[in-house]
Amino acid sequence: MAKLNLLLLAVLVACAIGLVTSQHRTRKLFSDLEREQARARALDVEYGQLQLEASTWGLHARVETIAARQLGLRAPDPRRVRVVRPEGTR
Amino acid sequence: MNAARQANAGLVRMPLWRARFVAGALVCAFALLAGRSLYLQTLRTDFLQEKGDARYSRVIEIPATRGRILDRSGDALAVSTPVKSIWAIPGDVEFGSGQKRKLASLLGMDAREIEKKLAETSRDFVYLKRQVSPETAEAVVALGIKGVHEQREYRRYYPGGEVTAHVVGFTGVDDAGQEGVELAHEATLAGKPGSRRVIKDRLGRIVEDVQSIRAGQDGVDLTLSIDGKIQSLAYTTLKAAVEENRAKAGALVAIDVRTGEILALANYPSFNPNNRSRLSGAQLRNRVITDLFEPGSTLKPFTIALALETGKVTPATMVSTAPGRMTIANYTIHDVHPAAALSLSQVIQKSSNVGAAKVALAMPSEAMWDMFQRVGFGIQPQLGFPGAAAGRLRPYKTWRPIEQATMAYGHGISVSLIQIARAYTVFARDGELVPLTLVKTNAEASGEKVLSAATAQAVRAMLELAVQPGGTGPRARIMGWRVAGKTGTAHKQENGGYAADKYLASFAGFAPVSAPRLVVAVMIDEPSAGQHYGGSVAAPIFAHVMQGALRLLGVPHDAPLEPLEVPRAGDEAGEST
Repeated sequence: MAKLNLLLLAVLVACAIGLVTSQHRTRKLFSDLEREQARARALDVEYGQLQLEASTWGLHARVETIAARQLGLRAPDPRRVRVVRPEGTR
Repeated sequence: MNAARQANAGLVRMPLWRARFVAGALVCAFALLAGRSLYLQTLRTDFLQEKGDARYSRVIEIPATRGRILDRSGDALAVSTPVKSIWAIPGDVEFGSGQKRKLASLLGMDAREIEKKLAETSRDFVYLKRQVSPETAEAVVALGIKGVHEQREYRRYYPGGEVTAHVVGFTGVDDAGQEGVELAHEATLAGKPGSRRVIKDRLGRIVEDVQSIRAGQDGVDLTLSIDGKIQSLAYTTLKAAVEENRAKAGALVAIDVRTGEILALANYPSFNPNNRSRLSGAQLRNRVITDLFEPGSTLKPFTIALALETGKVTPATMVSTAPGRMTIANYTIHDVHPAAALSLSQVIQKSSNVGAAKVALAMPSEAMWDMFQRVGFGIQPQLGFPGAAAGRLRPYKTWRPIEQATMAYGHGISVSLIQIARAYTVFARDGELVPLTLVKTNAEASGEKVLSAATAQAVRAMLELAVQPGGTGPRARIMGWRVAGKTGTAHKQENGGYAADKYLASFAGFAPVSAPRLVVAVMIDEPSAGQHYGGSVAAPIFAHVMQGALRLLGVPHDAPLEPLEVPRAGDEAGEST
C-alpha cells in the first residue's frame, strides 16, 4: 500500500513539474509572439512612412519638372507618332 | 512544608472553570477565524480577486490605425504615421535650472507660453504641444523634467498636397475626418480600437492573454477612382488658366464614361492639407460638387435632345430665328449672331438662344421638367460626398412661358458642375445616364436609359459640329481624337439680377466621338482678362486636359494625326449664354 502511495506521489510531483514547465514555456512563447507582433506593427508604420516618402518624391509635378528641365524630355510631336493596332482591329 | 503541600494540592486540583475558560477561548478564536475566512471567501471574494489581479493583470488598449487613402494606381494620397504629443500635470511640474528654456526651445514655443499653460494647477492634464516629431519628443523626455510626459498619437499626411486636397479632404487633430473622402468614409477608414486583458510579469512583459474585452479593427485602406496623373494634369492646367484669365476660381471634373468613375476632380483656389493654419472658405470649397450656377448654353443639347425624342423634328428641321431676338412678356432673348433661320444642328453649333427657346416653347413644360430631372438636375448626386448640392429645378407647374424659354438655354435653373458632367454621359453612352463613383470599381457600370440611342448619336454629331470651325468651341479640338462638346457663357447672378460684366465660362464635352471614353467639364468663375466666352476661356482647358488624359489612358486615335488649323484667340463664334 505504501509503495503505491509513494508511486502516486512521484507521479503527482512529475505532473506538477510538467505543468509548471509548460506554463512557463507558454508564457515565454507568448511573450515572443507579442514581441514579433510589436515588430510587425513597427514595420507597418515604417511602410507607411516609406510610402509617404515615395509619394512625395514621385509627385507628378516634380517628375514632370525633372523630366522637362534636367533630362530634356518632351511629349513626341503627334506627327511623329505611329499608332500600332493589334491584329484584327481597325 | 505547609506551603509545599498547598502548592502540590493546587497542581492536582485545579478549579474546573479555568479549563473551561481556556477551551471556550480557543473555540471562540477558531470560530472567529472560520467566520473571517468565510467572510473573505464568500462575501468579499470579488473585491479581493480584483485586488489580486491588479497586481499582475492589466487592461491594455489596442489603438486602431487609420486606413490609407490611395489613388487608382496605388499611390498614397493620405497616410497616418505616429507622432508624439508632449503633455504635463501642472501641479507636478518642477523645472531644474535652465530646463524651462531648453524645453521651450525644443518645442519651438515661448517660455511664457509654457508658463501660461502650466498656470492652471487645478488641472491634471495639459497638452504642451501636440504632434511633434519622435526625435523632438525623445529629446524632451531626455531632459527628465518631472511631470512632463509624452504620448503617442497619429498624424495624417497628404503627399498630394493641394492637388488632391478637395477630393481627399482632411482630418482634425484627433484623427477624425472633417472634409471630403476622409469624412465621407470615416466609419471604414477609422476602424475600431479594441482592448484586452493580459497578465504581465515583473518586467512588464505580457506573458498571457487572458481575455479580449473588445475586438479591435484597423481602418481599411480606401482606393479612390482618382487617377493621380490626370488629376495632377487637371489641377496644373486649371491653375494656370485661372491665373491667366485673372479669374476668381475654376473647377474641372473628368469622368470615365464606361465605369462612371471620377478620374479627376480639381478646384482652384486650393489649399495645402498638411498646413491648414490660414484657410479661407474660398479655398476650402469643393466647387465641382457644392457650387451651384446657372449653366447657360451647356444645357441646350438637352432641350434639343428632348425635341428629337418626340420624333416630330430631325436635326435638319429649320427653326426661324429672325430677327435674332424674341420678346416674351417684356423680356427679350438675344442672339449674338442673328440669323434668319437655323437647323436644329445649327442651333447647337451657333449656340442660338432664340432657336433653343422656340424649340422649348413648342413642348409641354412637364416634358422638359421630366427630361431635366431624369438627367439628374435638381437631385442630389449619390456620391456619398459631404455637401453635394442638389441644384434648383422648380416644379413645372410654376413655370411661366418666359422661364421655360430661358431654361432651354440654361438660365433660371441651377446645377453643379458634376451634375453637368454626369448629364453629358447620356450623350457619350448612347442615352444611358451612368451612376458616378469616387471609389475605384474598374467595372463596367450599367446606367439608366434616358434617351434613345438614335437621339444620343444625333446630339453627339451636333456637339461635334459645335467644336468645328464655325461653331462656338473650335479651341476644344485636339489632334488625333474627335471631340464633341458645348460651350457655355452665363452672366453671373448678383443681388437678384444679372451682373453685366461678370461671367461664368464653361465647357462640357467628351472624346473620342467614335467610342466616347472621357467626359470632361470645366467651369471658370469671373474671367476678367479680356476674354469671357466659354469657347475662349474654358474650351482650351478642356482640350489640354482631354488630350493629356486620352494619351495617359492609351485611348486609340480616331482622327488623323495632323495639325489642326488653330483659330486665333477670340476668333470663334461668340455666344450670349
